[in-house]
Amino acid sequence: MIELININKSFGEKHVLKNINIKLEPGKCNLIIGESGGGKSVTLKCMVGLLEADTGAVMYDSTNFSTLPVTERKVFRRDFGMLFQGSALFDSQTVEENIRFPLDMFSALTPNEIKDRVNFCLEKVNLLDANNLYPSEISGGMKKRVAIARAIAVNPKYLFCDEPNSGLDPHTSTVIDELICNITKEFNMTTVVITHDMNSVIEIGDNITYLYKGEVWWQGHNHEVLDTSNKELYDFIYASKLLKNLKKK
Amino acid sequence: MSAITTYLHNIGKYGIFMQRVFSKPENWKMYRRQFFVEVDSLAIGSLGIVAFISLFMGAVITLQSAFGFESPWIPLYAVGVASRDTIILELSPTIISLILTGKVGSSIASEIGTMRVSEQLDALEIMGVNSAAYTTLPKILACIIVFPFLIVVSMFLSILGGWILGVLSGAVSSFEYIYGIQYNFSVFHVYYSLIKSFVFAFLISSIAAYYGYFTNGGAIEVAQSSTKAVVYTSVLILVFNYILTQLLLV
Repeated sequence: MIELININKSFGEKHVLKNINIKLEPGKCNLIIGESGGGKSVTLKCMVGLLEADTGAVMYDSTNFSTLPVTERKVFRRDFGMLFQGSALFDSQTVEENIRFPLDMFSALTPNEIKDRVNFCLEKVNLLDANNLYPSEISGGMKKRVAIARAIAVNPKYLFCDEPNSGLDPHTSTVIDELICNITKEFNMTTVVITHDMNSVIEIGDNITYLYKGEVWWQGHNHEVLDTSNKELYDFIYASKLLKNLKKK
Repeated sequence: MSAITTYLHNIGKYGIFMQRVFSKPENWKMYRRQFFVEVDSLAIGSLGIVAFISLFMGAVITLQSAFGFESPWIPLYAVGVASRDTIILELSPTIISLILTGKVGSSIASEIGTMRVSEQLDALEIMGVNSAAYTTLPKILACIIVFPFLIVVSMFLSILGGWILGVLSGAVSSFEYIYGIQYNFSVFHVYYSLIKSFVFAFLISSIAAYYGYFTNGGAIEVAQSSTKAVVYTSVLILVFNYILTQLLLV
């Protein structure tokens, strides 16, 4: 369980996060949705410690992550896997080297065991023949899949995904969503997905938090989100004419 | 912030950054592997340009010395003495370091800057890796260890260039040049030069890494960081050149 308690964050005069209180459930895909500039990515960065919240606490089960010293925080982060918006693969390394990087750095596995683990992760993301390709040689969707493989390589307890579908076509987006969902269930991870992709919201949103202008505006499940009476959330979900027309029918 | 406050702020931030860079590595084996990658790409990759510049600069210094010493009162072997001292004391450690600032410094700043804007540094942090140390420490060590070697190569090739082209152009005879090179030679001058190259190697790699690491934004900011790194490192090399000369030679 990840719990955000009274998180506030400002950049100069701009108050970006206002008293954020969220509980993120283990073994589920927890989605944080909202408009661009609504504070989703800042929330995620505060959650993983890439940004420091001005006030409040981030709890991982019984551990207060916000008060951990730098060295302990580094060790704690080995339970994290993260999929970045731009994939953040290391350009100078092949797909295999990217995935084995955290294993080489932290695990006590033998080279053969590492190789097996890399192939296992690549199999999970359906990329078995991509070991020797460089990030510049693969498509955006493949990069996302490699990033997922790298994120799960060390068998993390928590998986964070920052806009996993950005820049992808609808079909590839669905593949990535299914991957995230399956991996979450298979490895019983606590997954947090930042998105404004409505397909993801409907398909994989076990637990949804809607942020509006830096505040938690609505919380619920994917079967509740389409029938919401919350005006701002309704406007967000039915922003596209297609969905609006479908809703009317 | 005023210019002085910004300056002091940057010094403090650089100090904290260096503290992170020189903290204990998570895995020595991975850092060692990265060190050899950096030795190859940063230092050995600069060998060609250093050799080319040194050969021709050495030749020009010899020709200029010969032109300046056209007096019956000055023996021709003075051309060799002047060339040797100019090359060992100033050309190889300082001018070559300034050239390496442009090549290696901008490469370090833009590489780390690109890693910053493409979230690769954040990815390292999330894995539990000290991104400052992993990206910077192998580069600093590679530069500190290999730059003095490049400077020695530069000294040798500059003197060789001066000899070959000085003799071919008829500015000085082979005997007089070699006699001049050996005349009253002080090994301390080479030590002084190597001490300078250690300091300059540290400045080039650490300042470039600092500007790259704290890049914010996109491609334009990466280019700006790279430019700032080259400008500030060049200025500091000249300042430290003066300080070290004052301390070691005067």
